[in-house]
Amino acid sequence: MSRIDDLFARKNPVFIGFTVAGDPGIEASLRVATTMIDAGVDLLEIAIPYSDPVADGPVIERAHVRALGAGTTPDDAFALVREVRGHAPALPLVLFTYYNIIHRRGADRFFAEAAAAGADGVLIVDLPSEESGEVAPYAARHGIDRILLIAPTTSPERQHAILREASGFVYLISLEGVTGERDRLPPNLTGLVGAVREKTDLPLAVGFGVSRPEHVAAVAAAGANGVIVGSALVRLIEEHSSDETAMHEALATAITALRRGLVPDPEPDIPRRARIE
Amino acid sequence: MKAGRYGVYGGQYVPETLMSALIELEETYERVREDPEFSRRLSWYLHEYAGRETPLTYCSNLSRDLGCRVYLKREDLLHGGAHKLNNTLGQALMAKFMGKRRLIAETGAGQHGVATAIAGAALGLPVEVYMGEVDTRRQALNAFRMELLGARVVPVASGTRTLKDAINAAMRDWVANLGETHYLLGSCVGPHPFPRIVRDFQSVIGEEARRQVLEREGRLPDTIVACVGGGSNAIGIFYPFVNDDVALVGVEAGGEGLESGRHGASLSRGSVGVFQGALSYLLQDGDGQALETHSVAAGLDHPSVGPEHAMLKDSGRVRYEAVTDAEALAAFRCLSRTEGIIPALESAHAVAYALRAADDLDRDGILVVNLSGRGDKDVADVASLHGGTA
Repeated sequence: MSRIDDLFARKNPVFIGFTVAGDPGIEASLRVATTMIDAGVDLLEIAIPYSDPVADGPVIERAHVRALGAGTTPDDAFALVREVRGHAPALPLVLFTYYNIIHRRGADRFFAEAAAAGADGVLIVDLPSEESGEVAPYAARHGIDRILLIAPTTSPERQHAILREASGFVYLISLEGVTGERDRLPPNLTGLVGAVREKTDLPLAVGFGVSRPEHVAAVAAAGANGVIVGSALVRLIEEHSSDETAMHEALATAITALRRGLVPDPEPDIPRRARIE
Repeated sequence: MKAGRYGVYGGQYVPETLMSALIELEETYERVREDPEFSRRLSWYLHEYAGRETPLTYCSNLSRDLGCRVYLKREDLLHGGAHKLNNTLGQALMAKFMGKRRLIAETGAGQHGVATAIAGAALGLPVEVYMGEVDTRRQALNAFRMELLGARVVPVASGTRTLKDAINAAMRDWVANLGETHYLLGSCVGPHPFPRIVRDFQSVIGEEARRQVLEREGRLPDTIVACVGGGSNAIGIFYPFVNDDVALVGVEAGGEGLESGRHGASLSRGSVGVFQGALSYLLQDGDGQALETHSVAAGLDHPSVGPEHAMLKDSGRVRYEAVTDAEALAAFRCLSRTEGIIPALESAHAVAYALRAADDLDRDGILVVNLSGRGDKDVADVASLHGGTA
């Protein structure tokens, strides 16, 4: 059983965190990942920084800029995966990348290196199923799950095509737009989760715009098996760039608070509307 | 060949959220290109509003100096001052047929932004134009012109703050507003079906030029030259000639020289990569990160090129050459003085190559240069480069 399958078999719903390799610096990035894991992230997405991250909003784009500015390369991202794997042997790790990074390296080599570093899955944000034949055989050869995305705009026919190829879990994009925090999640979330749930047994994780404990609770209530938080955590790195101790405290506090949204009100006195600022 | 592919190039490398919009766009395009009402209305706008057809001007002074017969295809005389309006009128009209209520566009030098603002005003659609912060300063006059035409200019402060970041910002807007918004992409780049739509709307240039040169000379030209940034004016004039025995030459931005590393010559010096939705030639580093580019002509200052050009390069059907900033500036002055026509700095790259290529033609040889835009927008820049002396 893969680490991803094992996680979703043990836990429901799971909390998925996101960080850009090399943000805020190459070594500091390992400390960020470690803090996130120690604070309770069940699965970590590690992005390879890229010059033109069109699917990302301003917060994550700036993280890509910081990481590239620090000189982070795909090699450094693989090295980070290796080190995080050493720190957390059982934790599922997913590499999040734009396709040109893979194209430039060659898909066979990319998936081989991802597997050797200890990654369990690869999510290619700008490779829709129409074009994914270019990587599918290599992901399979090296035993890497391909995490595919379904958007609110994806037609039922395309949902079927995507689900035929997906493995590990399915990433449901909660809204039309790029990554980034929102005041509220779209009201039709339950509908989206339900519509995809009818078509697959794979775990469903919801991301984009999820940034507050009440969002996490809403995603869990919608029947998702996982909730993905990116920008809300990345923003804390940016805000505390001059004080690493405060950065780690802020990350740990935020993850603890967000995770509480997964549990349906264990203690009624917890202020449900407390914001992660 | 797979739909949306030019040889191996092209494709749809976009986030999943955009796929439905690309599918809708493709379906609409297939429908409207067969719709007589669409053709009738587009034809009206092109002829009665934009000023088509544009002349194919025989340049007697330049022909005498160069020793061959030189013609200019005068896209500089199109309303707005460049070929861009062919595409923006076509796509804006398509957006109307799709029931979209808002246009967004990217712009580098501002020509496509101005052409979109014009089309939006003419067709009654609000326009927002994303423009790199650096470019809003370099091209302040065009930013003002867009606002005068009723468009809103949105400065983009991310990345290199130039054209590629403006495209990224426009794609992000589109992803968030698919229902009501049409993204009016300005060149034959990006995911399918944009390269094909832009090529088809720009092909009017080559169709007219073909008819005009046959009327005038009774035969096809020997050589056609056009500048290539994204490549829309070049594909527009080349496409109706690809099956003819005519030499086609695309001229890229050589910047400070191909050896300097400061240029925009993605076909001459790039490698194959995926960028902003398409597989094509790309100026990139060993890891696949897009490189910064340079050209005196803002419209050629871009790290990638349309996928159809990538195919035409590989097949050898089109030859791609580079012209430096200095050569383009010399051609800018040469054409101004010889013929009384001030070319856009982008188009001056094609003129500069023509000055070189004329040596290979005899006195009866026919050379057509696509003069894709006029140089009024560049006059202040060139004046400051030359310390105020013409």
